[in-house]
Amino acid sequence: MKSLIQKFVETPGPSGYESIIRQVIRAEVEPLADQVTVDALGNLIVRKGTPSSNGMKIMLAAHMDEIGLIATHIDENGFVRFTTIGGVRAYNCPGGRVRFLNGTRGVIGIENLEGQSSPPLIDQMFIDVGAGARKDCSVRVGDVAVFERPYLDLGKRLVAKSMDDRIGVAVLIETLRQIDNSPHEIYFVFSVQEEVGVRGATTAAYGIDPQLGLAVDVTGTGDTPKGIKMEVGLGKGPAIKVRDAGMLADPRVVDWMVRTAEASKIPYQMEILERGGTDARAIQLTRLGVPAGCLSIPCRYVHSPSEMVDFDDVENAVRLLVGLLSQPVDLK
Amino acid sequence: MSSQTSPQEKQAPRVGAAQLKLLERLTNACAVSGDEGEVRQIVLDEIRPHVDEVKVDHLGNVLASKAGSTQDRLRVMLAAHMDEIGFMLTQNEDKEGGIFRFGVVGGVSPSHLAGQPVLIGKGHVPGVIGAKPVHLTTNDELRTPLSVDSLRIDVGPGNSSKVKVGDRATFATRFSRTGASLRAKALDDRLGVATLIELVKNAPANIDLLAAFTVQEEVGLRGAKVAAYALEPDVAIALDSTPANDLPTWDGSENTRYNTRLGEGPAIYVADAATLSDPRLIRFLVETALAAGISYQIRQPGGGGTDAGAMHKQRAGIPTVSISVPGRYLHTPLSITRLSDWKNTVALVYTALSQLTSDLFKVDR
Repeated sequence: MKSLIQKFVETPGPSGYESIIRQVIRAEVEPLADQVTVDALGNLIVRKGTPSSNGMKIMLAAHMDEIGLIATHIDENGFVRFTTIGGVRAYNCPGGRVRFLNGTRGVIGIENLEGQSSPPLIDQMFIDVGAGARKDCSVRVGDVAVFERPYLDLGKRLVAKSMDDRIGVAVLIETLRQIDNSPHEIYFVFSVQEEVGVRGATTAAYGIDPQLGLAVDVTGTGDTPKGIKMEVGLGKGPAIKVRDAGMLADPRVVDWMVRTAEASKIPYQMEILERGGTDARAIQLTRLGVPAGCLSIPCRYVHSPSEMVDFDDVENAVRLLVGLLSQPVDLK
Repeated sequence: MSSQTSPQEKQAPRVGAAQLKLLERLTNACAVSGDEGEVRQIVLDEIRPHVDEVKVDHLGNVLASKAGSTQDRLRVMLAAHMDEIGFMLTQNEDKEGGIFRFGVVGGVSPSHLAGQPVLIGKGHVPGVIGAKPVHLTTNDELRTPLSVDSLRIDVGPGNSSKVKVGDRATFATRFSRTGASLRAKALDDRLGVATLIELVKNAPANIDLLAAFTVQEEVGLRGAKVAAYALEPDVAIALDSTPANDLPTWDGSENTRYNTRLGEGPAIYVADAATLSDPRLIRFLVETALAAGISYQIRQPGGGGTDAGAMHKQRAGIPTVSISVPGRYLHTPLSITRLSDWKNTVALVYTALSQLTSDLFKVDR
């Protein structure tokens, strides 16, 4: 599974431009699926199984897009001005290396900010691709880029630029691989444009019209020096979301997840995230409304070029997901 | 447009005296979000003889369709919003004197308001957003930005009975043409409305054209949301107007935040705050423009949004892109656009539509 994770995090896929990462994922899921489709926005939708009399139509979503950058201007000296795709934090940018989808690589520089007390702004930064003048620059306005940082295996802990949410993608695929004799018709959705406002899951959920929805995504942690106040920590198990800024998880779904984890003695933690949201929000609000929840992988340094997860949490997330999907769903 | 060009281009609707006259009527009409009736009436009168079906939906959108005649036609939705930014009277402070408090509708900066003449309600009752003369202004007041709360619309005693709280108001600017430029209020988005009217009148036969003249774009893309649900298109294109902030910078340094530039042709969107355009449509538009020799520009990725933001997320998803005519000083009392940019926008959209087939979507996004 680690090699799968490495392959996913090293493939670029900024929001709106997921075709390359989709191809990589598609190659993994095609042999395991009953049906594979791609919708108008680019969501990869993998159907597995048909519902038995006590089964449901269930949608699972892990987003394959990642945050990135987009060129806004090439100046006369060949420096690329840019803006962000998704929640890129300005303070994570200077010194970072980026790769444009056309293959051009570059480094993020910053104007001289001596005497400026406020934090740096994206507007004060630029990408140096090694061009000496505008005419030598291989980047055009509108070209998109992702951060570039090697994958790091620290044993139990894994670090990479796009754990958010390639780790969810890996969890979904591993679940698809292990699931056997499920009573449900399951749609594994590898969604697009989550980072810019859960847009892909919005259209995918409408198209699938599920009876139950679960997102698999990362969540923040409160276990770093002077970090945010939060219950979740690395290595204490996958997190069962109760709420975030975009959603109040269906209490029946939360309860079903907790019961299943307890019954199988899988470690878990309860998640309350003050900020952020996931594809579960889009699923919950589709059509007439859908019971929805989210299984979260605790992750440090979310939206930085070095996002860290715990491999035990990842494996336990797969165990819990397989457990949830192997039995009839009892929402009460 | 040259007459010695490709067949597609030859058929592209001409922007001449009649089209300018129509744009003049459209920009002089008042249609602040939620009260689009005056522009809607012009639209209905113009398109009715040219469409198969037309209706006004519950929010006030004009939805019209015109079927093509070839095989395997795409259903293409084109959206242009009829509404404009403006004001709403909120409180009558002086019954006899005609002094009203007001709020803004849509994105309006308070710094553009003091001293501006306005027209109020369906009767276009004249008023003015009063400004304190400089003689009486203190140094403190000069340094403090004006707030909308501190401003009033003054209609005078004679007219106070002709307007009421809840009426909408907009800038009183009248359309004019000066050389290569067009000057008016509400070019955002009467340029799109006028463009769409021409396309309806000259619809290519290879598509089913679904025209949506939308309401309430300026307050959150509300009309387009229900319009796209109703029309269920295969493809959607928003026709809008976007700021050109292309003036020289105060210190002579390179202007890196121009958004678009006047005179460089229609602006094709890659990304704004509401939409990441379908890359297949971006490529198609760029290739079409290059092949037909029509100038175009890529709008700088950034903020803002168009009806595309609502359309592309509708139902199970719709491939969508936006094309705008660039305009200076949008959302202020007077905007300026170049006639050549409008002509090139009409030419590009028409040429692209007449070459659009489902082949474009055989490759996944």
